[in-house]
Amino acid sequence: MSALLEVENLRTQFDTSAGTVRAVDGISYTVNEGETVGIVGESGCGKSVGALSVLRLIPDPPGRIASGSIRFAGSNLLTLSEAEIRKVRGGQIGMVFQEPMTSLNPVLTIGLQLCETMEIHLELSPQEAQARAIELLDMVGISEPARRLQQYPHHLSGGMRQRVMIAIALSCKPKLIIADEPTTALDVTIQAQILELMKNLTKRFGVALIIITHNLGVVARYADRVNVMYAGRIVESGTASDVYHRPVHPYTLGLLRSVPRMDRPRGGRLIPIDGQPPDLTREIEGCAYRPRCSFAVERCAREAPPIEEVANGHASACFEKARLERLLKEAS
Amino acid sequence: MSALAGAALRSDASRAAPAGPPLLEVRNLTMHFTVAAGVLSRRKAAKIKAVDDVSFTIGRGEALGLVGESGCGKTTTGRCILRLEKPTSGEIIFEGQNLCELDRHALNEKRERMQVIFQDPYSSLNPRMKVGAIVGEPMKVHGIYPKRRERVQRVAELFSVCGLNPKFMDRYPHEMSGGQRQRVGIARALSLNPQFIVCDEAVSALDVSIQAQVINLLENLRERFNLSYLFIAHDLSVVRHLCHRVAVMYLGRLVELAASDELFANPLHPYTQALLEAVPIPDPDVEKHRAHRVMKGEVPSPINPPGGCVFHPRCPLAVGSCRQEVPQLRELKRGHWVACPRV
Repeated sequence: MSALLEVENLRTQFDTSAGTVRAVDGISYTVNEGETVGIVGESGCGKSVGALSVLRLIPDPPGRIASGSIRFAGSNLLTLSEAEIRKVRGGQIGMVFQEPMTSLNPVLTIGLQLCETMEIHLELSPQEAQARAIELLDMVGISEPARRLQQYPHHLSGGMRQRVMIAIALSCKPKLIIADEPTTALDVTIQAQILELMKNLTKRFGVALIIITHNLGVVARYADRVNVMYAGRIVESGTASDVYHRPVHPYTLGLLRSVPRMDRPRGGRLIPIDGQPPDLTREIEGCAYRPRCSFAVERCAREAPPIEEVANGHASACFEKARLERLLKEAS
Repeated sequence: MSALAGAALRSDASRAAPAGPPLLEVRNLTMHFTVAAGVLSRRKAAKIKAVDDVSFTIGRGEALGLVGESGCGKTTTGRCILRLEKPTSGEIIFEGQNLCELDRHALNEKRERMQVIFQDPYSSLNPRMKVGAIVGEPMKVHGIYPKRRERVQRVAELFSVCGLNPKFMDRYPHEMSGGQRQRVGIARALSLNPQFIVCDEAVSALDVSIQAQVINLLENLRERFNLSYLFIAHDLSVVRHLCHRVAVMYLGRLVELAASDELFANPLHPYTQALLEAVPIPDPDVEKHRAHRVMKGEVPSPINPPGGCVFHPRCPLAVGSCRQEVPQLRELKRGHWVACPRV
């Protein structure tokens, strides 16, 4: 598999009255063709900003991409002209956002919103676009697709709107879809429907998928590889199985221990992570996780640990990763 | 549900907490809302059966989970129990008294004993009040600790009980994080020494690392003060962890009720089964071996719900008779109640 998207040392910052927020602070990752990558982390860790930066959708000002490169299918997205990046957005890279109500235009019909994208990117005639729109709605499991084209977003339920979003994202035959919390606003049975649909369609068309979520279960079910983010950085990355079963960053371990599991009987208390995530307007010296970390050593206060591989494709940004690994091995 | 069922539920509740009769008994609770035909119209166009013939008990020191998808009536059930809504019919017996029959004065007295924790720690705290005053307000209203100095002392105590630094009393809600605000909401609920707390999605808005802190706090408080919870939530993992028993609702009706571990290990109602299958488990190896069957369709509109069993249009087991007959809860195993004739 070859790399489709290569993000390198990306930094995105926001100038606010409280100071500069380092929302994304030097993240690097790759997405291979046809693969599903999960980006997981808590509110404010920079997972959405990181993904929006890929499509240069950060409002400027107050935001700006301070440094880094984003190579997608051979070109650096950060140096493209506005006209060129517009061809990538919605064309080669599709997006599915969290809020299906606010990401569809409430005063335009479903049909118009679906066809517009295809007329622009695929240069289809209105008739061709309409025929393909019907095909797409049928594919994402919407009944009576021809009638739906005339309807407005408020006629549809949340799950149906998210199906429309998926249809739009797939409409221009993209190589990559970025899904930002695609099911967070939906009920659990509808969430399962939408995620299964996304999995099946991305597999069928060989589309790579980035799923951004705070839900560790969704990542475990759908992602091939996982990046765990904390305070604007990737602290651990690897295959889903490595990250969940052999975590090499204390934050990942903390997250996994603090979620209750539906498949385990009741008993004992959860092991929460003490404290709160840091304030990103302040300069963080050393490791951002240090104040909450039980593995912290003196060095963590001075230097920010770089992300380094511990095994093939499994990396951690922790000075004490070897000790953590040893302790977990002994415990199991 | 029949009186017999109520009796059996009582015995189950008393197993969890052996001290006599249940703290709360809900009998045939029904709440219908009428919807006007248009914005200006007074004509009643439709009736929504938000809660339809729901019965359960909660023992002293017991946490009962109430789960289901948006619009299934779980929040309305909680609001009826607190008498924030006047139920259409049914009985809510709390500490031996039917709350539906009490006058305003008597009800206000009872309200000291039952409190609520809301989902959104942002909108449930008055942004113009200091958090210390927010926690002290219920005591002021109910005339407990009328002297300011005593009240402040009690608020400081509640802050420490809820893991907040008493120095925070002079802060405003916007100066606190989501987790801290939720602790303020919990301290407010505890301020009147209640027996019973409705936790309406009390941890849903929190990030996982903070959520675990608040879950542990709720568990510690329940044990320390022998509190009873009605824990309304859509997150089934949290409910399994926190609750002794779990009731599953669908379109206003209870479809299954059992002890927590029993329900999750051995779900019987087809809706419960589909609900549990839909929840992804944070373990890739477990997920690899799970069947990812997807339940078809969406929850129908409560304005015009399906006849017979409300679940029949989505049910894999449905037969002709399911369209006509409304299934009643029956006890298939000790303490395990299911409203489906096909299991």
